[in-house]
Amino acid sequence: MDSEINSKENPSLKYLRKDRLPHIFCGGCGNGIILNSFFKGMESAEMDFDNIAMVSGIGCSSRIPGYVKCDSLHTTHGRSLAFATGLKTGNPDLDVVVFTGDGDAAAIGGNHLIHAARRNINLTVICINNNIYGMTGGQISPTSPKGSFGSTAPYGAQDAPFKLAELVTAAGASYVARWTTVNPVQLSNAIKKGLKTDGFSFIEVISQCPTYFGRKNKLRTPVDMIRYFKDSTVVKRKADKMTDEELLGKIIIGEFANNNRGEFTKGICNLSIEECGKPTYKKSAYKL
Amino acid sequence: MIKINPNLCKGCDLCIESCPKQVYTKSKVSNTKGVYLPNPENEDECIKCHLCELMCPDQATYVEDEKND
Repeated sequence: MDSEINSKENPSLKYLRKDRLPHIFCGGCGNGIILNSFFKGMESAEMDFDNIAMVSGIGCSSRIPGYVKCDSLHTTHGRSLAFATGLKTGNPDLDVVVFTGDGDAAAIGGNHLIHAARRNINLTVICINNNIYGMTGGQISPTSPKGSFGSTAPYGAQDAPFKLAELVTAAGASYVARWTTVNPVQLSNAIKKGLKTDGFSFIEVISQCPTYFGRKNKLRTPVDMIRYFKDSTVVKRKADKMTDEELLGKIIIGEFANNNRGEFTKGICNLSIEECGKPTYKKSAYKL
Repeated sequence: MIKINPNLCKGCDLCIESCPKQVYTKSKVSNTKGVYLPNPENEDECIKCHLCELMCPDQATYVEDEKND
């Protein structure tokens, strides 16, 4: 352990597969900042790194677990929450973390998201929302702000965006927060709370995509994008007192829900003990 | 002491932007990869807040805390 402390490198590097670095993300991509914040949150929550399993779907953000030295599942598009539900139900002692993008969670996997929140299964979902489909060439996603440009919206997006944090709060999740990549300290605190919460915790992170969202919306460099985030964020406590017109084009950040209610795997386990006298799951395939 | 790993840095300038004490400046010459690395020029100003370590998307920066002895 002493050698790890004395080694002169970034504190996140000890959790990463160094032979795969530098990673595939564009220069200035927010995914790396969220990865750093996750490790900081994990350290302050005093979680066991060996007990964490990461699940991801398809997208830029879903490539994150491939760089982390832990057990991970890279699953089909939008179905990361379905796979994670199975993993958590099969072995409730694991700490399952889901990294998902906005296309993965809100578009193709939207139904999985609201039903995982409704069941309140003990997962930590980190949704990296970059407001655009970055991997496939800058198409408009369900969370693109109204009026933003993309390769499928040359005249600006016409539809109102999904408000993911509000949606998951309404679906009944235990812990919901939204932060941006310019608040890495608050984000790591939210991740710490999410990991400790016994129930579905959803942390939406507004991230920058300078390559596609930035280039189409006159925010070409990562620095322009984080200045835009700094200018357009409003804390939730302040936003509650503002009118809808004042909030137009603003990003509301803060904690949306923090309440405990019955958790899914514990309910199943208790039911099984009541009916059959033993828990449903077993850790090994060989032991009866 | 501040170290930038030249193999990992992609030159996004987020450390220059996020530093509260303006420790970094952008170097004028690119390295062999074509990246204009950040240069910790005003290192005496550093307050060891480690924000640049958190804000570095490529895990390239390292800030050493002052030793107590």
